Amino acid sequence: MAIETTTLGVLGLIAIMTLTTLMTRFGGVFIMSFLRISPRIESFINTMASSVLIAIIVPMAVSGDLGALAALVATGVSMLVIRKPLPAIAIGLLTAALVRYFG
Amino acid sequence: MSAYPYQFQSRNVRLEFLRLLPISLFVVAFGAAFGLAAIQKGLSPLEAILMSTTVFAGASQFAAVDMWGAQVSVLPMMAVVFAINSRHLLMGASLYPMLKDVPTGRRYGLLLLLTDANWAVSAQDYQNGRHNLEVILGGGLVLWLAWIVGTALGVYFGGLLQNPKALGLDMVLGCFLFAMALGGKKSPRVLVAWLVAGVASLAAWKWLPPNMHVVVGALAGGVIGLFWLEPKPQEKQSRAEGDHGH
Repeated sequence: MAIETTTLGVLGLIAIMTLTTLMTRFGGVFIMSFLRISPRIESFINTMASSVLIAIIVPMAVSGDLGALAALVATGVSMLVIRKPLPAIAIGLLTAALVRYFG
Repeated sequence: MSAYPYQFQSRNVRLEFLRLLPISLFVVAFGAAFGLAAIQKGLSPLEAILMSTTVFAGASQFAAVDMWGAQVSVLPMMAVVFAINSRHLLMGASLYPMLKDVPTGRRYGLLLLLTDANWAVSAQDYQNGRHNLEVILGGGLVLWLAWIVGTALGVYFGGLLQNPKALGLDMVLGCFLFAMALGGKKSPRVLVAWLVAGVASLAAWKWLPPNMHVVVGALAGGVIGLFWLEPKPQEKQSRAEGDHGH
């Protein structure tokens, strides 16, 4: 099925995107509300939570350009040294910009 | 004791709004890049702004707009949007230990504002023993407003930001999430889970259909936690809650 991108069609597409995204925002909590949280389940979701970040970042680092990789490395090193997120992020972005400018 | 013991602090909501204000400035730039892309693909300014307001999920909006033409195939678009946003399922589930202490209406209301950055802060705080749903609301609001404002700027003045990559702006979210990950607790268990998550997500990215790598990697990391339990989490949690004066 395809929708023509007339004004009405676009509104329909946006509504479909909104509902699809809403399902993902609500779905995890909805399913969890039927489970009893044992220490094992809690351990699973805690470990999964910190793994989400790694699962986003690693392919980003590998598939991106040199600037992307440099930004992540610079952010990581800065974070371990100064332990403050905002400066670490700023250093990461600056590194990406510099690598891309000179690269 | 009430059935829903979570004490919502409105003062903290304001604090968390301000705490995520700096990162939201970057989100404005991201939103502008989206607004520009949407216009170039033939959406009207108001349509692009409406989409950012109701969908509020950047990566999936970029992907959907990329599929735009005279016609849009509904099922493929839904599949892409669902796959990219399926990480929300896991993020929401990970907040459930806190959200179960909140009345149902408010629980799902909060989830309307669930996105990567405010979730990452909340999850990090939770690892460190602090229950923080206020950041989902306060931080979510500032991120949402920034996304809408950014989109509006992009559709009307997008030409000013021709190449956000040159400024490193495409890396804002990646760097933010990485900083959050490193700011969390790092036990041997977590490091092993990260290793497994990293390898699994790479494998999924390489060999599985697109956009599945986040969920695959996160679940693979979670399996480590399923079999490798932290010693006496109960005791530690009650101590942490005692510290907050419950």
